[in-house]
Amino acid sequence: MTTFNDSDPRVADERETTEGKVFTVQGNDWDELLHDLSSTPAQERIIVNMGPQHPSTHGVLRLILELDGETVTEARCGIGYLHTGIEKNMEFRTWTQGVTFVTRMDYLSPFFNETAYCLGVEKLLGITDQIPERANVIRVMMMELNRISSHLVCLATGGMELGALTAMTFGFRERELVLDVFEMITGLRMNHAYIRPGGLAQDLPEGAEQKVRELLKILPGRLKDTADLLVDNTIWKGRTVGVGTLDLAGCMALGITGPILRSTGLPHDLRKSQPYCGYENYEFDVPVQTSADAYGRFLIRIAEMGESMKIIAQCLDRLKPGPVMIEDKKIAWPAQLAHGADGTGNSFEHIRQIMGTSMEALIHHFKLVTEGFKVPAGQAYSAVESPRGELGVHLVSDGGTRPYRVHFRDPSFTNLQATAAMCEGAQIADVVAAVASIDPVMGGVDR
Amino acid sequence: MNGDTSGYGGLVVKSEPIAAADRPFGGAFDSIADAIEAAVPNHAQAITGIVIDRDQMTIQVKREHLVEVAQALRDDAALRFEMCLGVSGVHFPEQVGAELHAHYPLLSITHNRRVFLEVTAPDADPVIPSLISVYPTNDWHERETYDFFGIIFSGHPHLTRIQMPDDWMGHPQRKDYPLGGIPVEFKGAQIDPPDQRRSYNK
Repeated sequence: MTTFNDSDPRVADERETTEGKVFTVQGNDWDELLHDLSSTPAQERIIVNMGPQHPSTHGVLRLILELDGETVTEARCGIGYLHTGIEKNMEFRTWTQGVTFVTRMDYLSPFFNETAYCLGVEKLLGITDQIPERANVIRVMMMELNRISSHLVCLATGGMELGALTAMTFGFRERELVLDVFEMITGLRMNHAYIRPGGLAQDLPEGAEQKVRELLKILPGRLKDTADLLVDNTIWKGRTVGVGTLDLAGCMALGITGPILRSTGLPHDLRKSQPYCGYENYEFDVPVQTSADAYGRFLIRIAEMGESMKIIAQCLDRLKPGPVMIEDKKIAWPAQLAHGADGTGNSFEHIRQIMGTSMEALIHHFKLVTEGFKVPAGQAYSAVESPRGELGVHLVSDGGTRPYRVHFRDPSFTNLQATAAMCEGAQIADVVAAVASIDPVMGGVDR
Repeated sequence: MNGDTSGYGGLVVKSEPIAAADRPFGGAFDSIADAIEAAVPNHAQAITGIVIDRDQMTIQVKREHLVEVAQALRDDAALRFEMCLGVSGVHFPEQVGAELHAHYPLLSITHNRRVFLEVTAPDADPVIPSLISVYPTNDWHERETYDFFGIIFSGHPHLTRIQMPDDWMGHPQRKDYPLGGIPVEFKGAQIDPPDQRRSYNK
């Protein structure tokens, strides 16, 4: 077994501070530590590292809590355990390939990542109003289905963390219904890469509309069951009412958006205030609460799932046959996917055309797939209302076929900064409820 | 490094920065500009240019005046950009003297409009004043931009790395940061670091 070398400059060492001696445990030194501890006066402050591997921290979030008995006197977050360098990686892939990366950031709301990114690319290309109507309707439908599945995970994991295990089984069971629809339409339960610059990867398969309609029949009853389980539940209210409060001023200062901001009574929702993908054509309400606590955020998420179902029903009515990819052949992905004997592949007609009759089409296909399209130089910021708040994308192009810089302003990242404001002065058990009400997704926080 | 790293075009993409616009800017942008001129007394020194591109207004601010401009944008009744959506760094090694850019999106919920601030700093002196005193939300965002680009936000209370490990060397999202560099060997074959493979080597 190797131990750290004392001369290694990267290893934190023991040192005396004004608040007492700081010990560093490096392994194989337990006896020494015990000996040193016995010779120092008793400390009343306890600093607890909660996470990054902890069932109640919503993924690999590390909470550093300073405790006085059961009371949290200081709370800090340690993040970065899921950093995968997606933003950097995207600088070495084409603009279209970028979708495959961004869908993996906030893995519970992949369609929002994809849409925000594609809206940014389309803004840079100046083709925002050339996106076909059918593509926009399907984008909205997928995003709203995704909002339901994301909120269900929030309820499920949040419930589990507070001991409401039935909420967990209900939430994940209902989410699976939504994921079945995703799988039918995109081929994957998660990480879809379905929304592409210019439109969609492919049209809805046969029977998809029917499947969404069936889902809309099942879901209201199921969601009511979940809501009935918790809304008037004495224990649930005892754990969430008045817990993790953050008022409007705090939200504005900390840049908090989404259900946390709306739980203070401000009906700020980008779908209403700065509509994209045709949201101005749909009728829905923005649920708000005024309690500014974890229970209010829970009620907002329940209500938002109902509003999402209203939007999905309107999407099904608006679906008219038509293209799902921009007409411009310099941007539109050339593949015409179809189910072949070996699963999904290029359609026979498309292969026959490019291989048999049109060399230009073959060259075009090759160039577009390998090299990609050029995006005029400049920068753009696009934002969508994700289940967690404003998901912003800052894109910089230098005129090449690959992004010069991609930055995601993920709402989880910003909202997690509110942990200290919500938890300090509360009991340690309330930290779990407060973090669950923030609903951070570490894949989005760390990217 | 040029933009075309696909290895097929071999073209060097040269794009000049988009030039600052002159009045009239069009739309609501003129009223925003008027309000800024009224709210920032020394706007002539603080603001070096206003770029209108793709229906977005980007105000280029000298770094030493960033905090006062942001304060005016937040507090003036005609501006009221009460929310800052963080900061995003960009590294342009070829823009000598202004290699590092910081891009701040601001949102006014009151007036329902957006504006962007852009500040530059040279690599030799990568210091930009922190906006925490105006927008506390920028705490983690500035730490992230420091982590990835090495921009030092002066006045930040605890500017430490946030995503990379504390002992990490270098700032990974700078364009001069080497990609990979750990040779992967398998049965005698060796795979180059990503930026030296054919596709990235032009």
